Amino acid sequence: MKAPPRPFWPPLAAGTALGLVLLLTFLISGHGLGASGFFARLAAWTSGLLMPDWATANSYFGPFLAGNPLASWISWEIVGVILGGLAGALASGRFRAGIEHGPRIGGGARLAWALLGGVLVGFGARLAQGCTSGIGLSGSATLAVAGFVFLAGFFGAGFLGSMFARRLWQ
Amino acid sequence: MTLPMYDNGLLSGLLAGFLFGYVLEGAGFGSPRKLTGQFFLRDWSVFKIMFTAVIVAAFGLWLFEVLGWLPPRAVFVPSLLVYGTFLGGALIGFGFILGGYCPGTSAVGFASGRLDALVFMIGMVIGSSLFAAVFDDIRGLALAAVEPRGLTLPQLLDVPAILVIAGLAGIAFAGWKLGTLVERRLGGPYGAEEVLESVDGPRGEDLQPLGRGSVQPAE
Repeated sequence: MKAPPRPFWPPLAAGTALGLVLLLTFLISGHGLGASGFFARLAAWTSGLLMPDWATANSYFGPFLAGNPLASWISWEIVGVILGGLAGALASGRFRAGIEHGPRIGGGARLAWALLGGVLVGFGARLAQGCTSGIGLSGSATLAVAGFVFLAGFFGAGFLGSMFARRLWQ
Repeated sequence: MTLPMYDNGLLSGLLAGFLFGYVLEGAGFGSPRKLTGQFFLRDWSVFKIMFTAVIVAAFGLWLFEVLGWLPPRAVFVPSLLVYGTFLGGALIGFGFILGGYCPGTSAVGFASGRLDALVFMIGMVIGSSLFAAVFDDIRGLALAAVEPRGLTLPQLLDVPAILVIAGLAGIAFAGWKLGTLVERRLGGPYGAEEVLESVDGPRGEDLQPLGRGSVQPAE
């Protein structure tokens, strides 16, 4: 038997810690935390490998490919996120390799929905020029109107979608 | 030392990212069941933790400015896009309820061992590439931004920033109380043990073929 995992942090502690990390990031870098920018750069880099002619001629990916698209603060940040998440999961006994899914669907279906959800999120993040971290969290912390408009769209669509997606999770 | 330091080097990114990932994992945001529990009202951690973080960071930025430690408007403020901000946010919300993550939390899910998070990340690379493929056709609509750039709520409402922060804190407090009531009634919030039980191990004996139900009991 494995030792039971340590409980998640209380929301007030986690939220306060997240706010302080975000504040520190603003003071160090001049901007907030992000995530989707890395995946856009990874997409540009991947396209540059698989379809170099198309990618360099593409008006969105082309500018990224003038240099190494992955050589950017956001890439180091995501490497840090993975290392930090791994450290936290290992230290707390919450690391668990496998597929996490709701009780009414199987692992294969879960992966198919994960892929589709990822495609929508990848497209949406380019449209919004950021994601839940970059616009929703960091933008709102600067009191940007964009942050709150983003969150209205995010929560609105999430609640709308949950009417159809209950079977996936509950 | 002047603030912000505008340090965008390797160590700055690694440090900010490490702390970000460590906190998100501690919050339980590596688990798609906990994350999506927000939209079934069974786990209000996303609302509680995001709102708390926004208020703490906004208050900190305000305090640093008031004390003269940070020049006004020295940090990046995203611009409101005419269509992109809301539509993009909605696509992310919809993708989140189907896929179980947003970009940052998928990195934490992957770090916690979740294979579904890796597949989600591959999906994001495909989605970003689809955007690039249609970019020329939607460029005008996608990039249309509201002037002035970097518009903030205090500017829009013509009230001091601290009043906006206090208003947000009031909304967060009321939402927090409501959320705690609702989530307890619905059997939440999800604990670490409960979400780990919904992870199928890598050996494959628990994996079900596409479309078939899992052997786990319904809640």
